[in-house]
Amino acid sequence: MLKSPASGSSTAPINQAETKAKIEASEKDFSLNAKDKYYALLFLGPSLLILGVFIFYPMFKTLYLSLFLTNTVGKPTVFVGLSNYINLLTSADYLNSLAVTMVYVLAVTALTIALGLLLASLASKKLAGIGIFRTLFSSTMGVSVSVAAIFWLFIFNPSTGFLSLVSTWLHLPMIGWLTDPMWAMVAVIITTVWMNLGFTFLILFGAIQSVPTTLYEAASIEGASSRFQFFHITIPSISPTLFFVSIVTLIDGFKSFGLIDLMTKGGPTNATNMLVYRIYKDAFYSGNFAQASAESLILTVIIALFTLLQFKVLEKRVNY
Amino acid sequence: MNVVAKPKLARNIGSYLLLTVLALVVLAPFFIGLWTSFLPTMQIAKGNFLSTDLSFQNYIDAFTQTPILHYLGNSLVISTVTMFAQLLFCSMSAYAFVFLDFKYKRSLFVLVLATMMLPFEAEIIPNFSTVKAMGLLNSYSVMIIPFLTSAFGIFMLRQSFKQMPAELKEAADIEGLGHLQFYWKIVMPYNRIPLITLGAYSFLGAWNQYLWPMLTTFSNSFRPVQNGLRQLQSEETFNDWGMIQATAAIVVIPTLIVLFVGQHYFKSGANEGAVK
Amino acid sequence: MSITLNNVRKDYDSETEVLKDISVNVETGEFFVIVGPSGCGKSTLLRMIAGLTPITAGEVKIDDTVVNDLPPKARKLTMVFQNYALFPFLSVWDNVAFGLKARKLATDDINARVKEALKMVNLTDLAKRKPRELSGGQRQRVALARAVASDAKICLMDEPLSNLDAQLRIKMRQEIYALQRKLGLTLIYVTHDQVEAMTMADHIMVLNDRHVQQIGTPSEIYQNPRNDFVAKFFGTPQINILPATRSEENSHMVNVSSDLQIVLDEEAPAENLQIGIRPDDMKVQLAEGVDANAVVKNTEFLGDQTIVYATLNSGNDIHVVVPGKADFRNYEPIKVTADSNLMFFDATGKRIDISKEAYVHA
Repeated sequence: MLKSPASGSSTAPINQAETKAKIEASEKDFSLNAKDKYYALLFLGPSLLILGVFIFYPMFKTLYLSLFLTNTVGKPTVFVGLSNYINLLTSADYLNSLAVTMVYVLAVTALTIALGLLLASLASKKLAGIGIFRTLFSSTMGVSVSVAAIFWLFIFNPSTGFLSLVSTWLHLPMIGWLTDPMWAMVAVIITTVWMNLGFTFLILFGAIQSVPTTLYEAASIEGASSRFQFFHITIPSISPTLFFVSIVTLIDGFKSFGLIDLMTKGGPTNATNMLVYRIYKDAFYSGNFAQASAESLILTVIIALFTLLQFKVLEKRVNY
Repeated sequence: MNVVAKPKLARNIGSYLLLTVLALVVLAPFFIGLWTSFLPTMQIAKGNFLSTDLSFQNYIDAFTQTPILHYLGNSLVISTVTMFAQLLFCSMSAYAFVFLDFKYKRSLFVLVLATMMLPFEAEIIPNFSTVKAMGLLNSYSVMIIPFLTSAFGIFMLRQSFKQMPAELKEAADIEGLGHLQFYWKIVMPYNRIPLITLGAYSFLGAWNQYLWPMLTTFSNSFRPVQNGLRQLQSEETFNDWGMIQATAAIVVIPTLIVLFVGQHYFKSGANEGAVK
Repeated sequence: MSITLNNVRKDYDSETEVLKDISVNVETGEFFVIVGPSGCGKSTLLRMIAGLTPITAGEVKIDDTVVNDLPPKARKLTMVFQNYALFPFLSVWDNVAFGLKARKLATDDINARVKEALKMVNLTDLAKRKPRELSGGQRQRVALARAVASDAKICLMDEPLSNLDAQLRIKMRQEIYALQRKLGLTLIYVTHDQVEAMTMADHIMVLNDRHVQQIGTPSEIYQNPRNDFVAKFFGTPQINILPATRSEENSHMVNVSSDLQIVLDEEAPAENLQIGIRPDDMKVQLAEGVDANAVVKNTEFLGDQTIVYATLNSGNDIHVVVPGKADFRNYEPIKVTADSNLMFFDATGKRIDISKEAYVHA
């Protein structure tokens, strides 16, 4: 609207040329952040060094190795291009590993989310003493992989284990947990879900707690049942968190190693020979570093894709 | 009034029943493990699960015949050092990304974010060669140095630092605080809660390391507890279930206590770092 | 200490200009208020004086020394922020002492100053509390105490009262004013609230649209606005601004909104005008037939006065303040007249000077 500048009542107009000279001088000199780059080096240097040496460099090294044949100490010998990958993706054995990993990851994620959600919604009820249940439900967060493996190995133990005792008492048919290929997978899935449950419960419970109570009050006034409220208020409100937890569980599933090593060693008959366990075996048992590198890269691609998906959602949440 | 109260009570009883059943299911592995840790292995082997022949003998055996305490000590050292290192280096990096102005800041941040996509599990082959070349095998350092910082930690702390009111920085500028002072005297105390949360995560993360220590340690003097338990299980005591359960209990009880005490930090931090 | 800005400019990048050609002189001990709508650049200007934001061009002088290149610390000033910028992990005492410690003063000196500052803002009893245990007004006082404890004679305040409720705001307004006078501070105060500006300032700078609109005392600004923006920004209810044309037969006469004619002492300055009339400078009375030039839309009774909202026959909306209670019913025909304090603006909104006491006949 206004185009003409109204100059101040107590202005002292100064020489234009003089001002211009000063402007140029000050633009060059004046910076609050002149020394920032030295501080940046100091503050960021250590982290970048570590990430560079242990994350970036090995990434490229793995890519490099995967294009060669390697000798027993892991030195590249012959350049073979993509043939390590082609061999892998045409090998029934590796495709089996991919398949069992997918089954495991999907089952673990679905069950973890379903059970976590059940526990979280129950624990959100306003009941006397509910705090005790909240603490108990989150307790598996404190269980490390080897402890979980020991607890469940005893439960699944075919001769003296808890489940075989129960089967005997109840005259049920014995199940070859850990010895039957299908049941071994089930056993590993159960153990993983149990381990994941505490963390998943805690995150989902936190999300449910942060849904504004006015939404439920409004729905109650409309006469909505608690079932309806759960599916039409709770679930949509926590959907970003649900998505986040699903991806985290999925990614952790792909990286599973400890439980496999402790419980099944990939068996029986490769029924639980998942991706990371394979890498370990191929590299450090069979000495086939080239093939293990190619497997590593495939794993990296899978995980990177899911992480990117997670970033996309995080980004939306961060910048809404 | 009674008309209203009755069904509510009935419903509550239903809820409590369901909660209790679920709690029992979740806790069953703990109970079974703890219970058998007090039973002599003979009774377990015979299937006398309900034997009343309870004793602390398994625990005494575990402490005296296995290096379990040494394993725990190793894990404690590794996890504690890793935790403090990550708190320091992640917070410093996050500070740089939020409060400093420098060339390639955005690109460097994207680079750090990108490392979150690269699983350590897929990089064990070159990393093994690296630490071998550095002569770090079978030491505490080999389990600490690769984890001195974490992209997740940098990302999470950056989110928290960014949420600090800009006026705090301005107020500090007016008082003439330099970056080191502002970082140490304002940013760190202001972000106590996210720092505690990150500390808990990095401690637990280090505590639960399995694959990397398994590759890089060969002796009980450095073996952390996860791999120690595996060692015990595979070694001597093939079916000494009583003692194995006792070692598991020795490992899990301290973490459970820490978890229950620090629970609300995990909760707030998990949600903050994760989805905010 | 006085502050002078000469042709100060701020661009965020070559495209976005935030402030243009700001020149002003703030005298020692003056209460100087920068006022303007949100986004007008007033907080940026304050931060440029503080040295928190670099200036693109021009110069900032404190006591005749150019401080363009000095960091904030060296400019010897304090600042009070809208959200108080208290450190939540420090007690009230430590918050007030913080800057003094940062400047490495002697412990005895720090203690004496903090004690005195807390006493001055009535917070002595709360010295051990953390900020979260304080009310909004108390937090504001801690922020003031920080400024008081410093020996800097320049204090910058960025909307310090806008997070407080209305009653507390009035109280704190008085306290800030009293403190400024008592300590002899040169105070630059940024606000979007015209009432704060009018009640506290020695001089007001009105900022809008990247430019200084006017600098002057509160009464100058209110009575003699330079343009329609300033006229509209000050005074509640807002001034009426109506289109007007010079009569072709009589150059001393203007037709306002083609509904009321006003005869002036001198010639109307232009053919096409805008006329500003403050609501309490208008009069309304019931009228019938050709006498009526407006219809009542609505009335608001405020106790000591009534605001009458009406639509002129030509369609322009106006509002008039009538003392006491006025009994108009909606849709009643009325006659609107104006008889003093007219302001003339050209089509762009710029004030056209005309003798102040132009007589007026409806």
